[in-house]
Amino acid sequence: MPANIKVYSTPTCAYCSLLKQFLAEKNVEYEEVDLAAEPDKVNELVDISGQLGVPVTVIDGQVVVGYDRVRLESILAAT
Amino acid sequence: MKDVIIIGAGPAGMTAAVYAARKKMDCIIYTNNVGGLALWSAGIENYMGYHLISGVELMAKFEEQVKEFNIPIEYHTVEKIDKEAGIFTAHLDNGEMVQAKSVIVATGRSPRHLKIAGEKDFVGKGVTYCATCDAPLFAGLDVAVIGGGNAALSSVSQLLNIARKVYSISQYGWSADPVLQERVMHAENIEVLKGYDIIAIEGQNFVEKIRIRSKKTGEEQELAVRGVFIEIGSAPNSGFVAGLAELDEKQEINVDCSNRTNVEGLFAAGDVTNAPQKQIIVAAGEGAKAALSAYEYLIRLRD
Repeated sequence: MPANIKVYSTPTCAYCSLLKQFLAEKNVEYEEVDLAAEPDKVNELVDISGQLGVPVTVIDGQVVVGYDRVRLESILAAT
Repeated sequence: MKDVIIIGAGPAGMTAAVYAARKKMDCIIYTNNVGGLALWSAGIENYMGYHLISGVELMAKFEEQVKEFNIPIEYHTVEKIDKEAGIFTAHLDNGEMVQAKSVIVATGRSPRHLKIAGEKDFVGKGVTYCATCDAPLFAGLDVAVIGGGNAALSSVSQLLNIARKVYSISQYGWSADPVLQERVMHAENIEVLKGYDIIAIEGQNFVEKIRIRSKKTGEEQELAVRGVFIEIGSAPNSGFVAGLAELDEKQEINVDCSNRTNVEGLFAAGDVTNAPQKQIIVAAGEGAKAALSAYEYLIRLRD
């Protein structure tokens, strides 16, 4: 079953672009939350990740902070 | 055994890889990210051939070109290199060891840290080194930008439109280009504090305040802020070769004009070296030179 993936990002963040490019290459679909467009979702980011920084990816409840390719790959491989 | 291991995949490392591949050298790149600090440039207007391109786009083009040559890029940090009997061994973060006849170090730089209480604990919890990335998360909040150079005042300028109040705190005043200084100095929501040391970042789970001390009077004060943007320059990522290669007083790897270090077969290129001018176009050129020097070295080994 395809994983439920959510990406918290800002439009100006380079690592967010790389992360999205990486997910596109893996052909996985994801929901994007642009925090510049939806600033009220910052609290949601904080609740989920304990972080005030982007990118943050949530894959089936597992939180990956930053563009951590190695961890993303291992989580995606297990889903 | 590889002909050459390239460490780092910024402008220098990726250019070196393409040059090495064109010389049919058996090569591999170890890196923890593609693009390096070049990614942080929102707009590059001085890389020839492109009038205006973002760092992300330019580095994606570099990567594409590396991939055309089927050069493997492995996402691992090299923790140490040693050389024994003419052979280099790279020790990777997963415990693996890889051998090569030559090595090109192109690990670039990382943002410099303040090294003060609370800084480490609050990274991603209010402390950030990338205003371009994280500024939108601080909409309507009070923030501090530490530093007085171009990067710092660019961040101030960006944050003035987003945050409620921006404290610009610098140890020795502003050194940024006058154009940038003028852009921010008259804003209504800026408070400029020059001649201050920042001594601690404090809070519960997230940053709540910072403590600063006047260099002149020694007087301390607290500022309630939710974000601390640290923009005090960068430092070379040279620690892992410190035992092998000669570094200068800035911890940059000493290279000659052919990108040779003091160790035969060990080359270095880009912003991690003492070559003047930290620019993308310079780093790319240095990477090309390093690969060609490594090629010459391998030919001599064979003879």
